[in-house]
Amino acid sequence: MADTHSTVVEHSEHDPAAHSPHLRHHFDDMAQQFDSATLGMWVFLLTEIMFFGGMFGAYTVYRSMYPAAFASTSQYMNPLYGAMNTAVLIVSSLTMALAVRAARLGEQKALQLFLIFTMIFGLAFLVIKGFEYHEHWVDNKVPLFGGHWDYSEAPQFARQAQIMFCFYFFMTGFHALHMVVGLGLMTTIFLMARRATFSPAYFTPVEVSGLYWHFVDIVWIFLFPLLYLIGHTKKII
Amino acid sequence: MHSIPSVRTYVIIWAILTFMTFTTYGVAQIDLGPWNIVVALLIAFFKMMLVILFFMNVKADSPLTKLFAGAGFFWLILLLGQFFIDYLTRGWMPEGTMW
Repeated sequence: MADTHSTVVEHSEHDPAAHSPHLRHHFDDMAQQFDSATLGMWVFLLTEIMFFGGMFGAYTVYRSMYPAAFASTSQYMNPLYGAMNTAVLIVSSLTMALAVRAARLGEQKALQLFLIFTMIFGLAFLVIKGFEYHEHWVDNKVPLFGGHWDYSEAPQFARQAQIMFCFYFFMTGFHALHMVVGLGLMTTIFLMARRATFSPAYFTPVEVSGLYWHFVDIVWIFLFPLLYLIGHTKKII
Repeated sequence: MHSIPSVRTYVIIWAILTFMTFTTYGVAQIDLGPWNIVVALLIAFFKMMLVILFFMNVKADSPLTKLFAGAGFFWLILLLGQFFIDYLTRGWMPEGTMW
């Protein structure tokens, strides 16, 4: 016991960051605390990978069952919206990475600025998505609430295309939900940053929120080609 | 904790990611038959690796975190693999082909 105690004291004497008020008592030093938090966030992201993985798996099975019907739905997707949203999310990931970098360097103004940019691009994504959902609603391509479904242009695919549009709304819907959660996270981090919570010795919340934000970006990187560009080359109808 | 990547690195990664997005769109306009989906997924995988290694900075993380990030793919492969063992080998698909 006495030995362990003296080791800890000796350790903290050598590491000024170990005296940080943010260091919880069950960690040896800030570096260990940071690595533990990062690891914990990754464990959470693994459960998220499985959550979206199930939907991607189900999507693959049904697309294999009805390849022609799935390809026909691409006629009603606007790949311009999809590509714009991909670009917007990638820029937001860049500003997020720069926000984490600013936090690590202790640049408070830059940190707040990059967090605001990240939120603006996140919001832009949701606005574009909203316009897109509205177009599907006007086009009668929403099979979820009854009365908003019309596939008379290709009646042979009418029922099978409903499956694809259900996947589309569930997958993009859950992704959009993750974006809303991400915006909430960013607001919290921004408010913490304004109170000058973060320093080169303590930026863990910025880092782990960034991991979440990048993960949501990765999900979209796969959704874009799988939902928008299925049958873009094929004239099915 | 780890060395801090330069702004230059981040901007270069962003430029590659944006370029690959246009590439995905462009390739989808060319009819490659069954290879369209393969190319699209390869590009998406490449983009994902860039985001994970550089933006999420797993490159500089502890070996334990790297192991956990890798484990995510392992479980995903198990999940999807078990799915497809049934669906693709039992003749359950009415139109018979994967894509």
